[in-house]
Amino acid sequence: MSANEAEQFERIVLPHLDAAYNLARWLAGNDHDAEDIAQEACVRAFRFIGGHRGGDARAWLLAIVRNTAFSWLKKNRPHAVVSIDDDELAQIEDQTVPAGAFHRADAGALRAALEALPLEFREAIVLRELEGLSYKEIAEVAEVPVGTVMSRIARARRQLQNHFSQKEGEK
Amino acid sequence: MNCAEIRLLLHAHADGELDAANSLELERHLKTCAACAAENKSLQSLQAALRDGDLNFRAPDSLKKDLRQFVRDLGEVEKPRKEFNPQRLWKILAFGATAFALLMLFLRPAGISATDELLNEAVASHVRSLQAEHLTDVVSSDQHTVKPWFDGKIDFAPDVKDFAAQGFPLIGGRLDYLDSRAVAALVYRHNKHFINVFVWPAADAMKPEIQMRRGYAVINCATNGLHYCLVSDMNTTDLNELAGLCGQ
Repeated sequence: MSANEAEQFERIVLPHLDAAYNLARWLAGNDHDAEDIAQEACVRAFRFIGGHRGGDARAWLLAIVRNTAFSWLKKNRPHAVVSIDDDELAQIEDQTVPAGAFHRADAGALRAALEALPLEFREAIVLRELEGLSYKEIAEVAEVPVGTVMSRIARARRQLQNHFSQKEGEK
Repeated sequence: MNCAEIRLLLHAHADGELDAANSLELERHLKTCAACAAENKSLQSLQAALRDGDLNFRAPDSLKKDLRQFVRDLGEVEKPRKEFNPQRLWKILAFGATAFALLMLFLRPAGISATDELLNEAVASHVRSLQAEHLTDVVSSDQHTVKPWFDGKIDFAPDVKDFAAQGFPLIGGRLDYLDSRAVAALVYRHNKHFINVFVWPAADAMKPEIQMRRGYAVINCATNGLHYCLVSDMNTTDLNELAGLCGQ
């Protein structure tokens, strides 16, 4: 370990701590586990810091958080990690229900709906909408092709839309 | 484009990921199709709700504090020591022990065997070496360039050989971390596949163990006092051939 690596860590990893924690929190579902995962990921990031050669530091760190979170989940909550059917050509489900408009007041309900999404869908939406990553960056973080990213985002949004259409129907 | 195709492309369009030609065609379609236009509107309102919904979690102060302390401690260890200072030595030893215990805690979660964790780490390092475009620290097909490069960086001398004649040209070498220690990573190529060969000292010999991990072939063996762990996306038969060559 050199002072130089410590300096790199401070410069490359620490500015993106909020993003790292945000992803860990959305994947883990609670504060305590998210903090453990984010901390472990940062220590791993330190070990790999020599491997970071330019490029977007945030996407690089998020890839490490993602891998750490999935390893943790597989070990501690195997039932949460069910691989989804990633057929890129699959039609977006349930086109018949017209999707309504969302309002800012829906934030609480939106949070709950997001939490209810399958893990890979939730991950794609969080990286896209909350962290603003491009499809290519998400593909690198999630280690899947860009086409799969697009399909996951489309299906995730459809599920969110349906969630709210059903609520509208119940009123 | 029909409506079903449009519905999928709407997402790429909303994310700014659609090329100009398709965007144009899509926008033309939206002007004539009320159903797709409504869908697009709903999508935009969903995006706005997600972005304005204050849905981001912020890292707790305790985490920030812990990591800043982690960095400070690392800097402390590396400061030049002009004279012998027993107090500082104790500090360093205490930190070293804590760091070691923490590392063991992080690297060896209970229930995962050492080998299992090692193979996972090896695959992760392989993937990362390709992703981060950090495949090699020293680029050379000349074993006499690669081998001396490791001098002083690791506490052993890896056996570096070029196997171009057998179809596995040497690409270069890299320093990596595996099994809580610095290891030599030798990089070979076979057709279009890259192979990472991680090398570090071994106490006992071990017969080659072939496994598939996350779609990668992994071979783990130890011979002549060195531990070899090979990772690649090529087939196990070819990888085994290289393992045989390395172990000679």
